[in-house]
Amino acid sequence: MSARVLVGVKRVIDYAVKIRVKPDNTGVVTDGVKHSMNPFCEIAVEEAVKLKEKKLIKEVVAVSCGPQQAQETIRTALAMGADRGIHVEVSGKDYDNLGPLQVSKILAALAKKEETSLIILGKQAIDDDCNQTGQMTAALLDWPQGTFASEVVLEGDKVKVIREIDGGLETVRLKMPAVITADLRLNTPRYATLPNIMKAKKKKIDVVKPGELGVDLTSHLEVLRVDEPPQRQAGMKVETVEELISRLKEAGRM
Amino acid sequence: LLHAASAGLTDEQKEFQKVAFDFAANEMAPHRAEWDEKEIFPVETMRRAAQLGFGGIYVQPDVGGSGLSRLDTSIIFEALSTGCTSTTAYMSIHNMCAWMIDTFGSAEQRHKFCPELCTMDKFASYCLTEPGSGSDAASLLTSAKLMGDHYILNGSKAFISGGGDTDVYVVMCRTGGKGAKGISCLVVEKGTPGLGFGKKEKKVGWNSQPTRAVIFEDCAVPVANRLGHEGQGFSIAMKGLNGGRINIASCSLGAAHACVELARDHLTVRKQFGETLSSNQFLQFRLAEMATRLVASRLLVRQAAVALQEDRDDAVSLCSMAKLFATDECFTVRLTFQRSCLLIDLQSSNFLLAFLGHPIWTFCSNLALICSVSWLIPYTSLIDSGPL
Repeated sequence: MSARVLVGVKRVIDYAVKIRVKPDNTGVVTDGVKHSMNPFCEIAVEEAVKLKEKKLIKEVVAVSCGPQQAQETIRTALAMGADRGIHVEVSGKDYDNLGPLQVSKILAALAKKEETSLIILGKQAIDDDCNQTGQMTAALLDWPQGTFASEVVLEGDKVKVIREIDGGLETVRLKMPAVITADLRLNTPRYATLPNIMKAKKKKIDVVKPGELGVDLTSHLEVLRVDEPPQRQAGMKVETVEELISRLKEAGRM
Repeated sequence: LLHAASAGLTDEQKEFQKVAFDFAANEMAPHRAEWDEKEIFPVETMRRAAQLGFGGIYVQPDVGGSGLSRLDTSIIFEALSTGCTSTTAYMSIHNMCAWMIDTFGSAEQRHKFCPELCTMDKFASYCLTEPGSGSDAASLLTSAKLMGDHYILNGSKAFISGGGDTDVYVVMCRTGGKGAKGISCLVVEKGTPGLGFGKKEKKVGWNSQPTRAVIFEDCAVPVANRLGHEGQGFSIAMKGLNGGRINIASCSLGAAHACVELARDHLTVRKQFGETLSSNQFLQFRLAEMATRLVASRLLVRQAAVALQEDRDDAVSLCSMAKLFATDECFTVRLTFQRSCLLIDLQSSNFLLAFLGHPIWTFCSNLALICSVSWLIPYTSLIDSGPL
């Protein structure tokens, strides 16, 4: 039971904020906008902390990649019960171009360095909705993966994951070390308590640079343009079924 | 707006604030209309808040409190208040009572009462006001006659928040002669024979906490339940109220914050005369004024909190000024909102009604004025009779 769990936590624009596109269409406005931990990452942290409370794993390490503010997100994870944090410092252009490929390379390097048994991530981030980091991380490490987890059960050196898939629920059994990504119904994340927030102050956050981990952050993607979704057009009401059919035919829909 | 609320706070305070905001938005806001309409005292929700440490925020940890500062407390109540001002206002009274027992109680009293108050397994009420004594609190009449190892209480308290539904009553009563020096503070537990309650008062707003008269008829309370010594009661009551003023001012801030947010959102969405209201310069000015009042009030309240926790000479006056200023300014914020935003739904009604009460709590604003003036121009007569 010397299991160590790595949990990735991403700092994203808060889900309740009204997103606005920058006037130059290069991205969305982030300055002065409320940010918080990605909701699926919260679920990942909660699952890891629950495993520790059941004494099935020994240590929960929260990892975040980004500029200085990423430490706020790590602190939230610490206040929820993570033992220590690792801040991988990425800023400026590198941060703008940071995507699942780069993050998964970082996580893979950290997992090897930290002798990890389990990596738990959110299934996707609510800003880019990529849903790739967990899968890529597993591939880079050549570890098994259980994605869209709605239930996680440790069984000795294996972990049973019940996955939510289109057809229903699928159960897989993975030999650890493994990667799991958390889906919505896995658990309900706890609020940090005031005493835990105070305890979190004393917990350590190590800062590392991607270069130290031997990770190349070059992106092979270029964002050309960001636009608002098209405005919703008004519908129209019709009086009779005949009118409905003739209008559908006019619109080429029949 | 949120940045303004977090400006100048330590990382730790920002974390406290975040938890309080999240709790307010997820656990309180969705229910506040129902609580108000059905006059529900949200016991389960408050207990969940207590699990996070909100039951005894500035009570010592050795009896279950969170041991935080007055400034931390102000920040937390301000944030919680954006969820439901009425419930947060009651929680602040509960916290005040828990602090009074924590600070002035003996070791036995602290360990007997505080842990259950901090978890909100038991709820508390503060009993000072009587039908015949409001501003002139030192003239209270509820008597406590010493008979052996009990005090026999006779009299009644008016407008007690939580009265009838709460378990622990912190009661200021007369054990000695006239004036402040004859007043002691007793802790009376629900179920004590002779402790009764009046009918639930019908209120406009603030309905998530019941308000009742508390009636004592030959109610025997053990001497062991007296906080501090005889004659110390008035001082204990006033010291509790200093924090109470900051707390109620903080609740006003939270409600005002929510109003400014609602106003800003409404102005950017609502269209009249072909444009969004936010293009109208007059309304822009009104919104800016609202925000300014909020920020000014907040600065004063937080300064007062710091003065109180540092035990500075000007603490009492600052608390009074903060309460006076914040409750009045935030009331104006609410009125401005009403004048500018024609669509009023239940969300904002909740805040309006809370504001009607706040200027009265913890001594009406005029008395708060007197307290502030006394600091500027020494009035020895006022110092003798008590409010200071």
